[in-house]
Amino acid sequence: MTSDQTDAFVAFDRVQKSYDGEVLVVKDLNLHIGRGEFLTMLGPSGSGKTTCLMMLAGFETATHGEITLDGKPINNIPPHKRGIGMVFQNYALFPHMTVGENLSFPLEVRKIGKSEREGKIKRALDMVQMGDFINRRPAQLSGGQQQRIALARALVFEPELVLMDEPLGALDKQLRETLQFEITNLAHELGITTVYVTHDQTEALTMSDRVAVFDDGRIQQLAAPDTLYEEPQNSFVAQFIGENNTLQGTVSKMNGDMCEVTLADGSLIDAVPVNVSAVGEKTQVSIRPERVEMDPNRLTPGAHTLKAEVKEFVYMGDIYRTRLSVAGVDDFIIKTRNAPDQRRLTPGEQIEIGWRPQDCRALDA
Amino acid sequence: MSDATGPDQFTGATPDNAIRNAERSDGPMLAADGRPLKRSLARALRAQKMRALMLIAPLLVFILVTFIAPIVDMLFRSVENQIVSETLPRTVVALEEWDPSDVPDNATFAALAYDFMAAAERREHTRLGSRLNYETTGISSLFRQTGRSVDDVGEEYAEQFIALNAAWEEPETWATLMGAASWVEENSGEVEGAGTLFQLSPTARDAFPEAADAYRSFARTIQSEDDDSPMAEEPWNTVYLALYRDLSAGYATEYDGPMAELIAEAIPAVADFEGMTPREAFEAIDEEWMNLQIWGTIEAFSDPFTAGYFLTSVDLQLTPQGVEQQPEEQRIYRLLFWRTLFMSGVITISCILLAYPIAYLLSNLPTRSSNLLLILVLLPFWTSLLVRTSAWKVLLQQQGVINDILVWIGLVADDARLALINNQLGTIIAMTHILLPFMILPMFSVMKTIPPSYVRAAKSLGATNWTAFWRVYFPQSIPGIGAGCILVFILAIGYYITPELVGGRTGTFISNRIAFHISSSLNWGLAAALGSILLAVVLILYWLYDRIVGIDNVKLG
Ligand SMILES: Nc1ncnc2c1ncn2[C@@H]1O[C@H](COP(=O)(O)OP(=O)(O)OP(=O)(O)O)[C@@H](O)[C@H]1O
Ligand SMILES: [Mg+2]
Repeated sequence: MTSDQTDAFVAFDRVQKSYDGEVLVVKDLNLHIGRGEFLTMLGPSGSGKTTCLMMLAGFETATHGEITLDGKPINNIPPHKRGIGMVFQNYALFPHMTVGENLSFPLEVRKIGKSEREGKIKRALDMVQMGDFINRRPAQLSGGQQQRIALARALVFEPELVLMDEPLGALDKQLRETLQFEITNLAHELGITTVYVTHDQTEALTMSDRVAVFDDGRIQQLAAPDTLYEEPQNSFVAQFIGENNTLQGTVSKMNGDMCEVTLADGSLIDAVPVNVSAVGEKTQVSIRPERVEMDPNRLTPGAHTLKAEVKEFVYMGDIYRTRLSVAGVDDFIIKTRNAPDQRRLTPGEQIEIGWRPQDCRALDA
Repeated sequence: MSDATGPDQFTGATPDNAIRNAERSDGPMLAADGRPLKRSLARALRAQKMRALMLIAPLLVFILVTFIAPIVDMLFRSVENQIVSETLPRTVVALEEWDPSDVPDNATFAALAYDFMAAAERREHTRLGSRLNYETTGISSLFRQTGRSVDDVGEEYAEQFIALNAAWEEPETWATLMGAASWVEENSGEVEGAGTLFQLSPTARDAFPEAADAYRSFARTIQSEDDDSPMAEEPWNTVYLALYRDLSAGYATEYDGPMAELIAEAIPAVADFEGMTPREAFEAIDEEWMNLQIWGTIEAFSDPFTAGYFLTSVDLQLTPQGVEQQPEEQRIYRLLFWRTLFMSGVITISCILLAYPIAYLLSNLPTRSSNLLLILVLLPFWTSLLVRTSAWKVLLQQQGVINDILVWIGLVADDARLALINNQLGTIIAMTHILLPFMILPMFSVMKTIPPSYVRAAKSLGATNWTAFWRVYFPQSIPGIGAGCILVFILAIGYYITPELVGGRTGTFISNRIAFHISSSLNWGLAAALGSILLAVVLILYWLYDRIVGIDNVKLG
């Protein structure tokens, strides 16, 4: 799902942010989020994700640029008038109130009548399957339960936009997966626009309509999960999302939508030029481990191949993970499916590897 | 719980990760088999506890000796009252039969004479006089007066005994008559000083109960007080009185011990003796002895323990008719207690009002500025209490800085300068200032632990700044207020120096009165009783506080 400037529900327009007047924490952020979209901000620690979220929620002001919500600039609207639901990383459930009172709070401040309030609270709690916990205090709930309550509280006043800042960060893997599923389902069912912040790339890929990869205060790439994984726009994204093999080299030939790269040891490979445009440029080529072929029958005819030596073989159940030494690089990984006809390699073995040229991307060095 | 991901939680290069990891690993550690684990843990901890105990032992001993023991002693003094029964033992016994509507009988006055004579000789009657003077004014001077004249009581009888037979003038006659045979043998002849401790002869005790008792009292008193031997001293006149009373009461008719012929000679003669009864004798010394109130007081305080100090502490008094209100003009303690509580309350409330915003600011400022502010808050701690209080005197007095400024601005006329000191207002101002840090610090330490994400969450849920503060922030800061209140109130209720210096007459506390009784009026029992009541009030308030607010809700840091 893409949105252009006109029908964007949330829009960051050339937004900059500095806390101390010296360093720009957010540099020139342009981001348009469509109505009903589930957008994830993914990036390493300190890349400015929370800061963006806080600017949107109104707890930080943008140093420069404009943020609009539903077409209206919100720079001067105080947080409580923005009507944005928010789930904090540590839930921020009010410890002195019961679950019911926590959920009732946003409705009370909106002066909603008692009976209507009760109905809404019940519906919100049922939505997260926590109907029986209305009289508990947050301290009497498990992490996952608190998380659900926090979600219910952010949704109970029916906001159109919900922000979640690493809401699952403190939970274990299994619970996280269950909740990821529940959150996406809820968001889509209710048609809420969601901005979700996470460190966890799997979370980002499985939940989102689009992912914005942040680094160093900039969006490195904004794309749907599959595009992001398969067509990373630069080496940062390629490295950050999923496992990735990189080889350093120089562009030695450009022919249309393909190029030829000479590696350090002189061997040649074919790649799609993404961030390179001229012969002689240094480049970093990236190949996903699962796209590497070692069966000579399946290689694209005419494409270059490389010699490799098996260093290590790891049995991982559904897949085999093999570490190779290729063109002077010792940590080249390939993954092969555990299929009946699949060969298990032994360390020291010499093999020939290759890949479809489309799967190999020449990125910035 | 803290919001690890809000920008203002940032403390290092990667703020969120560290906290996140820390929180992931902290879950309740539950052992599969709870009990055995606990037991072995307890065993492991015992050694540690012993070591800890040894570390605190010096302080513990120090506190026990220099603090707890004196306090217990003081508390004991608040009910202790052995002075009456020790100084006037015979009188106290005789008064048990007394009918409070009438002046006591002669037997009681005789007992008083024997007691008083010994007490006067030991110079204990003035102490008792001052003690009873706390209860009924005038007793002190009565006792002093009586002490001067009590040795005349019974003089006529002494003279008449001597006129009957000059042997009665001889100390040895008495010593032989009253002393146990072995004692007489040991002490006859040339004796150095007091000789061995006087022993009463059982025969004499049976034959003349009062006289024997009076003589023993005489003998032992001169032995211990004057280092004289009874063999060499003529007995007090009261001993003659006692013998007269015994003989005329029909004792000793069968007497056949030493000096039997002297006694036999005296028995028929005493019927013709003339003289004042003990009661008349005391009436002659001082009319006041006929005053029932005096006797009522002696009787009321004859028990070794008394509630009298406590009653006085709440403006009641013990009279022969029971517990009564003090006369109107002498009621001060209830007012003082009430004033102490009231002013401590006002001081606590003003401390809350002043401290809350400061604590809030402290906990929300960046660390560097908040440290500076904290130093400013603590600054008064590093200044002597006296200096601070005196500074307030300078500021608040009628010709002081504040009045000068008010006059200069024109808010106050020069001839109507405000009385800001030597009254309740002065005490409240100075003490609020002095106790303020005790309110700020616990508030601060509690507020610091309230993550800003709660208020943010409230605002994101649609609460205005005020609602977010009042419904989310404030309830979580209550433990700090509670802790501050307890500290300030309890400190204030027992405060002494500041009210003494700036309180004048209307702004003093009960503690000032306690100090007065300790160091000026020397009525330690009353001081102890007032102190005990103060302690009880504090404990009750503490208990009430626990019931209402809950002591678990108090956080000191
Ligand atoms: N209150 C603040 N004052 C000064 N600098 C701050 C403040 N909050 C954040 N920063 C800086 O802004 C940068 C981005 O912080 P932000 O919290 O947005 O990162 P993030 O992407 O959310 O990281 P994480 O994944 O660890 O939560 C950080 O490098 C930090 O140095
Ligand atoms: Mg963050």
